[in-house]
Amino acid sequence: MNLLLLMPELVLVAFAIAVVLLDLAVSNKRSLGVISLVGIVISGGVSIALWGGSYPAIFNNMMAVDNFALFFKLLFLGVAFLIILASADYVHRMERFQGEYYAMVLLATLGAMLMAATADLISIYIALELTSISLYALVGFLKDPRSSEASLKYLLLGAISSAVLLYGMALVFGFTGETQLGAIAASIQSASLTSSPALLLGVLLMVAGFGFKIAAVPFQMWVPDVYEGAPTPITGYLSVASKAAGFAVIMRVFFTAFGAPQLSLDWGLIFAVLAVISMTIGNVAAIPQANIKRMMGYSSVAQAGYLMIGLAVMGVSPVTEVLGRSGVIFFLASYALTNIGAFIAIIAISNRVQSDLIADFAGMGKRAPLVALGLSLFLISLIGMPPAAGFMAKVYIFNAAVQHGLIWLVVIAVVNSVISAYYYLRVVRVMWFGEPVSGERVPSTASLRLALTLSALGVLFIGIAPGPVMRLAEIAARMFAF
Amino acid sequence: MPYQVAWTILLLPVISFFVISFILKPLLQDRPRLSGYTAIIAISGSLALSVWTLFAVMASPEHEVAVPGINWLVVDGGLTIQVGLLVDSLTAVMLIVVTLVSLMVQIYSQGYMHGDPGYHRYFAWMSLFTASMLGLVLANNLVFMFVFWELVGLCSYLLIGFWFHKPSAANAAKKAFIVTRLGDFGFLAGILVLYANTGTFDIVELRELALAGVLGGAVLTWAAIGLFAGAVGKSAQFPLHVWLPDAMEGPTPVSALIHAATMVAAGVFLVARMFPLFEHSIQATTTVAIIGGFTAIFAASMGLVANDIKRVMAYSTISQLGYMMLGLATGGVAVGMFHLFNHAFFKALLFLGAGSVNHATGTFDMRLMGGLRRFMPWTFITIVIASLSLAGIWPLSGFWSKDEILITSLESQPVLFYLALITVFMTAFYMFRAVFMTFGGEYRGGAPETHGHHPHESPKVMVLPMAFLAVLAVVSGFWNVGGQFGAFMGHGETHGFIEGLFHPFTQFLPWLSLILAGLGIFLAYAIYSARWLSAEAIGGWFHPLYVMLSRKFWFDELYEGVIVRLALVGGLFRGLQKVDERGVDGAVNGIASGTILAGRGVRRAQTGQLQVYGMVIGLGLLALALFVLLR
Repeated sequence: MNLLLLMPELVLVAFAIAVVLLDLAVSNKRSLGVISLVGIVISGGVSIALWGGSYPAIFNNMMAVDNFALFFKLLFLGVAFLIILASADYVHRMERFQGEYYAMVLLATLGAMLMAATADLISIYIALELTSISLYALVGFLKDPRSSEASLKYLLLGAISSAVLLYGMALVFGFTGETQLGAIAASIQSASLTSSPALLLGVLLMVAGFGFKIAAVPFQMWVPDVYEGAPTPITGYLSVASKAAGFAVIMRVFFTAFGAPQLSLDWGLIFAVLAVISMTIGNVAAIPQANIKRMMGYSSVAQAGYLMIGLAVMGVSPVTEVLGRSGVIFFLASYALTNIGAFIAIIAISNRVQSDLIADFAGMGKRAPLVALGLSLFLISLIGMPPAAGFMAKVYIFNAAVQHGLIWLVVIAVVNSVISAYYYLRVVRVMWFGEPVSGERVPSTASLRLALTLSALGVLFIGIAPGPVMRLAEIAARMFAF
Repeated sequence: MPYQVAWTILLLPVISFFVISFILKPLLQDRPRLSGYTAIIAISGSLALSVWTLFAVMASPEHEVAVPGINWLVVDGGLTIQVGLLVDSLTAVMLIVVTLVSLMVQIYSQGYMHGDPGYHRYFAWMSLFTASMLGLVLANNLVFMFVFWELVGLCSYLLIGFWFHKPSAANAAKKAFIVTRLGDFGFLAGILVLYANTGTFDIVELRELALAGVLGGAVLTWAAIGLFAGAVGKSAQFPLHVWLPDAMEGPTPVSALIHAATMVAAGVFLVARMFPLFEHSIQATTTVAIIGGFTAIFAASMGLVANDIKRVMAYSTISQLGYMMLGLATGGVAVGMFHLFNHAFFKALLFLGAGSVNHATGTFDMRLMGGLRRFMPWTFITIVIASLSLAGIWPLSGFWSKDEILITSLESQPVLFYLALITVFMTAFYMFRAVFMTFGGEYRGGAPETHGHHPHESPKVMVLPMAFLAVLAVVSGFWNVGGQFGAFMGHGETHGFIEGLFHPFTQFLPWLSLILAGLGIFLAYAIYSARWLSAEAIGGWFHPLYVMLSRKFWFDELYEGVIVRLALVGGLFRGLQKVDERGVDGAVNGIASGTILAGRGVRRAQTGQLQVYGMVIGLGLLALALFVLLR
């Protein structure tokens, strides 16, 4: 077996351990963040070097090194990079455990990377738990009552959903006798299990288990409380990396293991239904929110709804059709940039004014014009308006749905987009037309500005010239090793 | 020619816009002139590259230089939108017109806008406008072109309303934007009709489909008329002409560049660009000819009585654009475009001259001017040259292109030919009426607040561009004296220069038009200089006609009073308002309050109680399982 294929992950592990150890020796904690960034860059470089090749699966077919996995690895590394940049200021407030904070972010990223690559139910579960446990700890990192409560809720509900997922996996294993995804598919085919209700129940339970990760309704109950209580950079990380990892796993598992035509129609329908209720409940519930982190929480539920349209397309279209998968991947890429950018802007403002209330963002257009401009761009992207990335992402995924006869789903999604404009634009309005509480400027640090600029440029780039990223998404969607 | 040259032409003013608006901003408070220099350097670069492009296109056998496109948007399953450039003879000529006039106007603006608090804002927008206009002429597909089409409209709006603190300027900007938007609706509809029937936005492909006869019949006619509607709005043709005279509220150099030489000509350019589509629909061609020919005489008649020098020129512009449309419809691309080419220079010059006069007297009202010949000799000479050119006096440029339009319209549209012939007389009359009122006789004092000061010639930075344009107003017509311009545009034969220069005197028609123009000039002299006839007396004899002309045929009243106030606001909008209040608002309010209530409901469910959360997950799972298994 070629250990080189595991290099991106190994580098990350090494740096996570190094950061924890150095924390004991180094007094300038800022350097720990820099070391973590170096680790991410190296890991990313290795991943890029692997891109495009065709490699055998490793660890007895438990892990794939295909373009799909590499695309997501790069996505997670990019998100972690921006989050660590944005944390520099935030972590500074903590007196202890700064090293652990960075190490945990690296480990959560490692888990997410493994989630995108693993092709066996057992390793999937382990990867998922690695991410989750790191995130439970990170959510409670502030150690104030609200953060601790959020962490505990997240842990308990996470445990429930893990149990549900395991139950589902057990059922699937029980009926097929396999844990490896490709083998499961073969077994379903040969034993003609496609219309077995018990297998369907197993699939359904797995949907529920993964649904927790991607925050689909009705498994989203943890979202507002956890988003509100967690340290803001971690909220951003949860809303993007954790969600994207969930989608990566779902795509690989359902495409590879449950791709049989009859079965895929069933889960396609389940995702269509979940898409509708997630969009609708997410958008409706976001409207009355006064706290921007809670609002972004519901917004991320709604975005998961739009993303599940792509999963529904995957389910109803033939295996050869790439549009559903590439739609999800492209949407995830633009959503990741947009949402991370939005959270960076929120960190920049709320860290200074010491409030997460939308009302306290009033007049930021005058007090912090650049940050306000960035946040406006990201919110516009979340609505799905040009020239931001979100517009192209929605066009792409809606087009995929229309081509496969899911027009009703698109109509509901468009209506939902209109509803969502209300609460996103409310923030924009408050920032530019609200009366500032004080005339004082809100400064931001260089690393925050850098992170903000990077994501804003990315959002504009995808929005104006979507071609290159679309191509990458299509390549990633075609190259499943299993 | 490397294709990057074409992209660079477009990019230079874009860069200039960003540099002025973002990078130089901190420096501009103290040194506003930097913004002007930046814009001028950028446009000079574009001009140099445009000249290169022109020669490259001339040298290539098909008069076309291939520029590879970039796939901007490719969606699996059909939709592909390319961003690319189309550089052919038409584009090459337009590039020269746009960059050259833009350069002259921007050099001039340094003097005209001197000391204006919005100096750098002005140059940033001028750069953005030039970039958009270049994009419009370079675009190789209709979507891309439409984007720039709207961008020039936006820049026009911003620049008409440049002095937005004046209510009249703000209103004029709004009017221009809304009226042209009506035409743009047709343009967009035309694009969609074409796409729905051919599946392409590419201009070359569409032209080939029309030439091959694949695209034809009613589809082609309606598409062409849709595109023409866009052109009518942009080029201020009847009945959407009302915005252009009001647009004179903008700074005068803006009027010279946007509302005389380039943007208003975009409509003519659009028709020329898509000409094969028009050519294959007799209805479309006839529509273009009638609208153009009618607009020419209609606008000229209003120019006869206007007292504001810029408005005289605005009506003249509308009228000449009508000529161009008539030329396109009857004689093809070469005839229409040649007039566009010549007109750009002498009309830009006339506007710059009007600006110079305004600089000296503080007013645009010709009744307050007079006698400026002695104070501003350079302005006087250049304006006279431009006016002679516009009136169509041999051998100045206007003569050559106007003559061709008359010849071709006589062949295919005899009625419109007579209208065009009368317009020749009117044009000569109103231009020289303006010249005599402004420069002849005694100085009448200028604007009230400048009484007592003597007017003075404008600074060199303003006079030099005018002098340069005056040279062009003389010589630009020589390009087609031997038929070379026509050959470059793809049809017509060439012959010797001297032979071509004197050929008109062997024909009847040029004599006729020269005599008519001469009569117009003579009548203007008789009334406004020698005063053998009294303008007031003539106004009295034809009082109803005079009122009708000076009230612009009541079109503003018709549009604003009757259509907007009565029909739309009073009738349709009030009706819609009722529907809206009772039906739509009811529904929307219902949905909105329902949504908010639902939001509250969801919020209430979010109790913070972990047990409740767990229960929701369990119940949700159960519901889902029931739904799937019992389905």
